[in-house]
Amino acid sequence: MNCEWMRQRMDAYVDCELPAAEAAEFDVHLRGCAACANAALEQTRLKLATRTAGMKYVPPAEFRLRMEQSLRPAQTAKPPRSLVRWPVAIPVALAACLLLAALLVTNFQHRRRTYAELTDLHVTTLASANPVDVISEDRHTVKPWFAGRIPFTFDLPELKDTGFELSGGRVVYLQHSSGAQLLYTLRKHRLSVFIFQEAQLWPKWMAGSSSELSFHTESWSHDGLRYVIVGDVSDADIHALAELLRKAARQ
Amino acid sequence: MDESQTDTGTFEELALPLLARLYNLARWLTQDAGEAEELVQESCMKALRGFGSYRQGTNFSAWIYRIMRNTFLTSRAGLKYSTISLDDEESDVPEPATVGTPETALLATFNQQAIQSALEVLPLHFREVILLCDVEEMSYQAIAEALAIPIGTVMSRLSRARRAMRAQLADEPGNPRPRSASR
Repeated sequence: MNCEWMRQRMDAYVDCELPAAEAAEFDVHLRGCAACANAALEQTRLKLATRTAGMKYVPPAEFRLRMEQSLRPAQTAKPPRSLVRWPVAIPVALAACLLLAALLVTNFQHRRRTYAELTDLHVTTLASANPVDVISEDRHTVKPWFAGRIPFTFDLPELKDTGFELSGGRVVYLQHSSGAQLLYTLRKHRLSVFIFQEAQLWPKWMAGSSSELSFHTESWSHDGLRYVIVGDVSDADIHALAELLRKAARQ
Repeated sequence: MDESQTDTGTFEELALPLLARLYNLARWLTQDAGEAEELVQESCMKALRGFGSYRQGTNFSAWIYRIMRNTFLTSRAGLKYSTISLDDEESDVPEPATVGTPETALLATFNQQAIQSALEVLPLHFREVILLCDVEEMSYQAIAEALAIPIGTVMSRLSRARRAMRAQLADEPGNPRPRSASR
């Protein structure tokens, strides 16, 4: 295996399409070759950036509704209740329980994946030379900047004497939905606040806090918007920022 | 669209969760909001009528994307693309003019707007293979089914498409200069 062999398979490696044995050889080579590791890193970054940039278009709500209405009649009718007999009902109930369990597991996995995506967005932002598109500590500058860029609005808190500082914001995409990412700092730590329309997200999230790659998160819903904070500060600090945002939203 | 997915269910159960993704792809194909809505609507109706031919347990997203793509290529807007031939497949794509260093790669963060602009000017057959692979996260096998081409063609087309995109990005002022990773 040499660098030329590696370069010829770089696409397949980054796309996780190499057979396991070749991928393992690839990994070994990357550890010892800075040039190939550099190429793999850049291609991975380009792929991730393309993924985000490619989720550019969101269907209008009325179009989505029209399509749902036009496709729903295709659903098959359920049998009348009188036809459901006990010997049939028991295995059906068991199957339903299994289905429900599978659904819960799937929901959990999707939720984990969504948290991981938000953590990735946060990390990418921190690594970026231009982390935000609107740079301002003034909430009255940052909030209006989002008007016309995302399909909702939100309120930001007054931060005087709280220790938090607003650095700015940018538009981000999650599950094809546009939303806001706000960057805050606290004692040189940086935290991201993500805001999306809850109706556009699947599955429905549960409020609460969790950890992802050692980042702490807190999430809640208010007025149809889903808020998620991601940062490397303590749960208490994240909760303090969450309370400020909740209070601003209630006012 | 999961790369290894095998889908079963009614048409509604399979198609509705894909609406946003189909619309996004349709916008990239047509580059027009009204035409994208018409394309998704017509494609879904065709797919519904032909749902009997869908083999349960196979990749539904690849199946319905293939219908949408064929619908687009036979539409007024898509006719100009339907003549894409092997000439385009075999035409050479220039290498980006500049080569990066480990330092530039570490600092490289690609501007979303620049990537969107680069995608917009790519030829359709390059744009769609990048979207299916990087945005829809389809496997090479699923892309081959969706585009009705051999898997080897998927790989070569993807490689050329990425090279073309790098060349576009390298021309963007202020954008980090991506280096060619695959030749």
